[in-house]
Amino acid sequence: MVDSAMLKVSGLQAWYGESHILHGVDIDVRQGEVVTLLGRNGAGKTTTIKSIMGMVAERKGSITFNGQETINWPSNKIARAGIAICPEERGIFSSLNVEENLLLPPTVQPGGLSVEEIFTLFPNLKERITSQGTKLSGGEQQMLAIGRILRTGARLLLLDEPTEGLAPVIIQQISRTISRLKEAGFTILLVEQNFRFAATVADRYYVMEGGKVIDEIDNAHLDQHVGKLNEYLGV
Amino acid sequence: MFEILGITSQALFGQLLIGLINGAFYAMLSLGLAVIFGMLNIINFTHGALYMIGAFVAWMLLNYLGIGYWWALVLSPIATGTLGVLIERFMLSRLRDLDHLYGLLLTFGLALIFEGLFRQKFGSSGLPYRPPAELTGGTNLGFMFLPNYRAWVISFSLVVCLGTWYAIEHTRLGSYLRAATENPALVQAFGINVSRMITLTYGFGVGLAALAGVLAAPIYQVNPLMGSNIIIVVFAVVVIGGMGSILGSIITGFALGVAEGLTKVFYPEASSTVIFVIMAIVLLIRPTGLFGRST
Repeated sequence: MVDSAMLKVSGLQAWYGESHILHGVDIDVRQGEVVTLLGRNGAGKTTTIKSIMGMVAERKGSITFNGQETINWPSNKIARAGIAICPEERGIFSSLNVEENLLLPPTVQPGGLSVEEIFTLFPNLKERITSQGTKLSGGEQQMLAIGRILRTGARLLLLDEPTEGLAPVIIQQISRTISRLKEAGFTILLVEQNFRFAATVADRYYVMEGGKVIDEIDNAHLDQHVGKLNEYLGV
Repeated sequence: MFEILGITSQALFGQLLIGLINGAFYAMLSLGLAVIFGMLNIINFTHGALYMIGAFVAWMLLNYLGIGYWWALVLSPIATGTLGVLIERFMLSRLRDLDHLYGLLLTFGLALIFEGLFRQKFGSSGLPYRPPAELTGGTNLGFMFLPNYRAWVISFSLVVCLGTWYAIEHTRLGSYLRAATENPALVQAFGINVSRMITLTYGFGVGLAALAGVLAAPIYQVNPLMGSNIIIVVFAVVVIGGMGSILGSIITGFALGVAEGLTKVFYPEASSTVIFVIMAIVLLIRPTGLFGRST
């Protein structure tokens, strides 16, 4: 099972300056799965996906993507290999309009969605095509942040708290979108604090605490572990 | 011929033309500075020296290799831009994560070194550089005589400035540059080699300075101090336009050249200070500059 992992993270450690954030993270994500990293604030979820993306300068351990070791690669090379990130707080560029934001990430592999397909997924974006990126509502910015990485052809998507600060109706739309992406064959590693949202899309969960994975739960056995999860997340 | 406030139209339009010429150089130099500051956050004090080197490369091409003005317009920006790439790659890139002050001190030191080397080799007096034969002579417009070379400088620099503005504001490459200004780590994580883009952008900004140097050579002569004479005014233009604003630099460059020229006609004593008076007023009323974005 582990051998077929599209992404395999082993003993990952990461630092921000003097601060040691990750203390040996082990996760694997298989092709076509939606895997969620759960945990409280400061557990190391965002640092984990930033490390996978090469955005944390000091990191040790092993990260393999499709069998290739990427731990020492710069982030642009990792992106070219087929991993794309939708960062926390969306990372929409204020000096670019919606169209420019959408077209910004270069195509790294064939098989990405066309702009028209992205507009079908997120019709609001088409109506706001000439607006400044940061003038959109929070939900529209999130659609833009997800939409722009779908163009690139990357097959592993790292989504960092896509529902943060969004209204329930928008969260439902994001949930439907992730389900459609899964059906289309995308592999997704999701960081979430909103367990109710994650439960609608995820196949498996890793629970993080103190810069380590402390538990792994399969969606099939979720009902048996809800109490434990609530305890982990402080719900 | 007519008079305004006792000033003849010949004198008025003559100074207006000189103002436009100076404005063209202010615009091209401040544009390069704005590109470098906006994209790289480097206050590039070497810019004046690189403008001077651009003019000297044209002079050397002509006097050592017999290569004339038109080729110099292409070769000098490439050669000087390559020098800029080396400066960024081997010096400035090491300061990228430090305070602006370190880059400012390094580039200021480099400017002094370059000027010293050229003064040692060529002396302080200007070296003549003739305009190309195709652009000698002029046109009598009735109210003034317009030298062909000066008309060429104004129109060519306007095309270069607007072309640069268009490339930055309306092309895919320009959107990479603008995005990298805001969040270089994320742009890199989208698969773009930001480090290489920064180096090439610096080289391009330096190339613009060198191009201005070649254009200036037939007008001001080629002099090791030509860069330090103009750079303080150019910094004032960048501050008035708004640090990092591309369109602001172009408009402000031409406008301040004209303002300086007109001041020479109506109140010559203030002509060398008028730009700095405008800068002080703009900073008091609008600290981010006329076209700058507040952060």
